[in-house]
Amino acid sequence: MNGPQDLGGQMGHGPVVPESDEPLFHAPWERRALALTLAAGACGAWNIDTSRHARESLPPLVYLGSSYYEIWIRALERLLVAHGLVSETELETGCSLGSRIHVMRVLRAADVEALLAAGSPYDRPCASRPRFRPGDRVRVRNDHVPTHTRLPRYISGRIGEVVENSGAFVLPDSNAQGKGENPTWCYSVRFRAEDLWGLGAETGSEVMVDCWEPYLDKIATRKKPR
Amino acid sequence: MELRVKALETILTEKGYIDPAALDVIVETYEHKIGPKNGAHVVAKAWSDPTYLERLRKNATDAIAELGFSGRQGEHMRIVENTDAIHNLVVCTLCSCYPWSVLGLPPVWYKSAPYRSRAVIDPRGVLKDFGVELPAATKIRIWDSTAELRYLVIPRRPAGTEGLNAEALATLVTRDSMIGTGLALDAGVAA
Repeated sequence: MNGPQDLGGQMGHGPVVPESDEPLFHAPWERRALALTLAAGACGAWNIDTSRHARESLPPLVYLGSSYYEIWIRALERLLVAHGLVSETELETGCSLGSRIHVMRVLRAADVEALLAAGSPYDRPCASRPRFRPGDRVRVRNDHVPTHTRLPRYISGRIGEVVENSGAFVLPDSNAQGKGENPTWCYSVRFRAEDLWGLGAETGSEVMVDCWEPYLDKIATRKKPR
Repeated sequence: MELRVKALETILTEKGYIDPAALDVIVETYEHKIGPKNGAHVVAKAWSDPTYLERLRKNATDAIAELGFSGRQGEHMRIVENTDAIHNLVVCTLCSCYPWSVLGLPPVWYKSAPYRSRAVIDPRGVLKDFGVELPAATKIRIWDSTAELRYLVIPRRPAGTEGLNAEALATLVTRDSMIGTGLALDAGVAA
C-alpha cells in the first residue's frame, strides 16, 4: 500500500536532526515497547510482514505524528486484537478479562538469547527458474495495491537494471496476508537518479532497490539510433 | 504512552502470553550487548585482512558470523565498500530495516521521516546535515533496504593508519560511517 510509510522522495519533512547525546531509549516505556513487540511476536500469531502492514495501516496523521516506538505499540495493539489475543475492552480498561487463546510459544527469559541469536532467515528454496539476469533492463510494475508490498512508489513505472539475483526469499506481499510464504526470486535493481527524479535528480547518484520478481517486467533492449 | 505500555504489558502477562523476565533479557541484550562495536570489528578486520575482506564479499553473513555476530536482523548480510569513486549510503524508506546484529538498534534519525524521505532523492543534502561533504566526482549509491538483505558500509580506511592493528583501527570506525552518513575518523582524532 502506498500509505504513510512510503516516504522515499517525498518532500517537506525538513532536515535530518541527529542528536548529540543519542540515548538508545528516550523514556523507560520505549524499552518495554521494544521488548513487548519482540516477545508478543514470538507467540507466533503473526509474521514480520503482517506486523509491518499493521504499522503502515495506521492513519497517516497518526503514523507521521508518532515516534517509532509509538508506531510499534499502536500496531501491536491492533495485531493483538485482530488475532484474538486481546479484546478491545481489555485494551480500553487496561485489565485482563481472563480468556486466553492458544499460542505457538511463550518466550521465556532462558530462551531469549537463543531466539535472538538464531534470528529468522527468510531465504527459501525456489523451484522456478529466475526470469531475470544481471544486465537485464526492467520496468517496475505500476500496481498500487491496498495490501502489503515492499515496492516503494518512487520506483513504480521506472526503468532500472538488474545487477544481481540476491536469491529467493519469502514474498512479503502474500506472507503479510497469511497466504503463504511463496518463495520468490529477489533482485538488486539499479535506478539512475535522473530516471527517478527528472529535473530534481542529483546528477550521477543512483539508487539500489531490492525487488521481488513479480514487481518487474523485462523490457526489450533496442539499440538506440545514433 | 508510559501508562499505555504498562497496561499492555500487564494484560499480556496476566493472560500468559509473555513473561516479563524475558522482556528484561531482550532489553539487556540490545542495551548492553549488541551495538556498533560489533560492526567496527568487522570493518577493522576487513581493512587489515584481505582474505577476510574477500570472504565478506562472497558471503557477508557467514564472514560476520565468524566474529560471533549473527541473529535477528542480520540474517542476510551484504557489505558495500566505499572508494574514492563511490560512496554508499543505506536507508530503509518503507520502515526501519537496519543490521541489528552489527550496529545494534537504529538511531531515531534513521527511522525518521526526514531521513527516509530524503536519502534517496537528496543524498548530498542529507550528508550535509551530518556535516559530510564529498567531492563532486564521487558518485553516491543509495541502498534502499526494501527486502530482508541488510547492508553494512565498509568506509574508506583513513590515510596514515598503515601501522595500526585491527583493535586500534576499530576505534576509528563510527556507527555513522557504517551507514554511510559519516566517514571513518582520522587516526589523530580517535583517542
